[in-house]
Amino acid sequence: MTMKLSARQYKQRLGFSLLTLMTFLTIIPIMGVVIYIIYLGLPAINLEFLTGFPREGMREGGILPAIIGTFYLTLGTAIFAVPLGIGSAIYLSEYAPDNKATQLIRIAIINLAGIPSVVYGLFGLGLFVLFLGFGTSILAGSLTLSIMTLPVIISTTEEALRAVPQSFRTVSMSLGATKWQTIRRIVLPQALPGILTGVILGLERAAGETAPILFTVAAFFLPRLPNSPLDATMALPYHLYVISTQVPGMPIKIQYGTALVLLAFVLSMNLVATAIRSRARARRQW
Amino acid sequence: MISKQKIGINPKPPKREFLITALIKAAGYSAIIFVGMIFLFLLVESLPALREVGLSNLLSSRWYPIEDHYGVLPLIGGTLIITIGATMIALPFGVGTAIYLSEIAPRWLRETLKPIVEILGGLPSVVLGFMGMLILSPYLRIWLDLPTGLSALAGSILLGGIAIPTVVSISEDALDAVPRSYRDASLAMGATEWQTIWRVTLPAARSGVLTAVMLGIGRAIGETMTVMMVTGNAPILPTGIKDLFSPVRTMTATIAAEMGEVANSSTHYHVLFLIGIILFLISLVVNVTASAVVFRQKKSQERILS
Repeated sequence: MTMKLSARQYKQRLGFSLLTLMTFLTIIPIMGVVIYIIYLGLPAINLEFLTGFPREGMREGGILPAIIGTFYLTLGTAIFAVPLGIGSAIYLSEYAPDNKATQLIRIAIINLAGIPSVVYGLFGLGLFVLFLGFGTSILAGSLTLSIMTLPVIISTTEEALRAVPQSFRTVSMSLGATKWQTIRRIVLPQALPGILTGVILGLERAAGETAPILFTVAAFFLPRLPNSPLDATMALPYHLYVISTQVPGMPIKIQYGTALVLLAFVLSMNLVATAIRSRARARRQW
Repeated sequence: MISKQKIGINPKPPKREFLITALIKAAGYSAIIFVGMIFLFLLVESLPALREVGLSNLLSSRWYPIEDHYGVLPLIGGTLIITIGATMIALPFGVGTAIYLSEIAPRWLRETLKPIVEILGGLPSVVLGFMGMLILSPYLRIWLDLPTGLSALAGSILLGGIAIPTVVSISEDALDAVPRSYRDASLAMGATEWQTIWRVTLPAARSGVLTAVMLGIGRAIGETMTVMMVTGNAPILPTGIKDLFSPVRTMTATIAAEMGEVANSSTHYHVLFLIGIILFLISLVVNVTASAVVFRQKKSQERILS
């Protein structure tokens, strides 16, 4: 006996198939891009590529200065953005009264998150490079990236802090701990995995960004390592931009190799963040 | 009267607590200070442009800074056409994927696919631009028989891709937040799952989905590297749908491409800051509107629950 489907069941089948198709049309290109870059980039990866300096107008040799540069920029961003971001989140979650001023802070954070990255570049150029006289330097770039990263760190940290049950705070305070002691000894340790996840995701964004460092830090070609925060440096995302658009006759292998190193840098941060989050969820007792 | 300190509830010296509280409060207000500073800097650096160039030049349709033509209309038009194109892609695919993940996919598939979509959100835009240049544009040129694949269409497709993770992630949250009982009631009334999705779940999550789309569009407008690499960067005012197939240049790409080469405090420099403040104001409007939708939704939910 064959079941006869009604018109609306047909419609449902058709609709479900369409949505499935759309989902896979979204997913497959993403996986395609990642696999393709790994496939074409892997042959370029060797010790010389990772630890050597660019030679022959960047057409040969390695990309060490760009790797180190991106590492320093990420570190510099962490130094400024992490304390400020966590402090701001603590204020919003633990101290801020529910009033107009707090609402204004929230609107400001939403705005910071939405400002185009190239506008951060303009601001960094205007304030840090020219007005404060840092020049195109790791310092100027890190500060610019920090402000851009701030909203990500604030909102994820605040979410992590708010997830700590209120009763933990009440118990701590009733035992005689001060507000700050409660935050430092009870709330922050409990929220730590969530905070770490947010911090890493924020830094991941900073590491992969090009537009904010275009005019604040990035050197087109600098065949040495930076020695101070006031030095300019090469950086992976900018280097990929340069060798794929500005240098004629660039070997495709080096382009894909650079893309792969950048992708590995960013995706490994993403994986660490995801791992911390899922481990913390599994172990959470409340 | 016995103070707290005297009976020893507060073992820490109050001065230290005062300092840390002040620091935390200062950090809390830092976001306002930064937004204010960014706005102020853009304003100070862009005002001379209005004086030096004049509105009629700025509002013309010719961008050719070497000969002092600073018409920003082609750039605004370029951003507009690419954003519309990106929305046409991100809206159906983003919301469709969110509905599939939230309402249709089995749990294991959802838990597998969501991280993959999030990976797209984490791909650096320069990597997408790179792939766009090397793979997407050449194919577009061959398939559509265009003089160049570096076109508004290539930019729209990639920006759509960039906006999708934002749209999927926030829409999925919104759909997920619709109470189970809404769906159960609809199904119990004899509606199919398909009808339930369209007539009950999606309308209930309406404002969240709207926010998702707006924030996705916001991301697309501000995207820089990808568009700079794949749109061909020709500052021509788009006038119709056919311009989707020709090169365009966006506001963001103009700043990124030209700021490195201009002299500080020159007219050109100030005009680029003027474009920056236009972008700043657009993102301000988009984000404040999107968050207002969320706030309103939260309030109405509170009303329903109370």
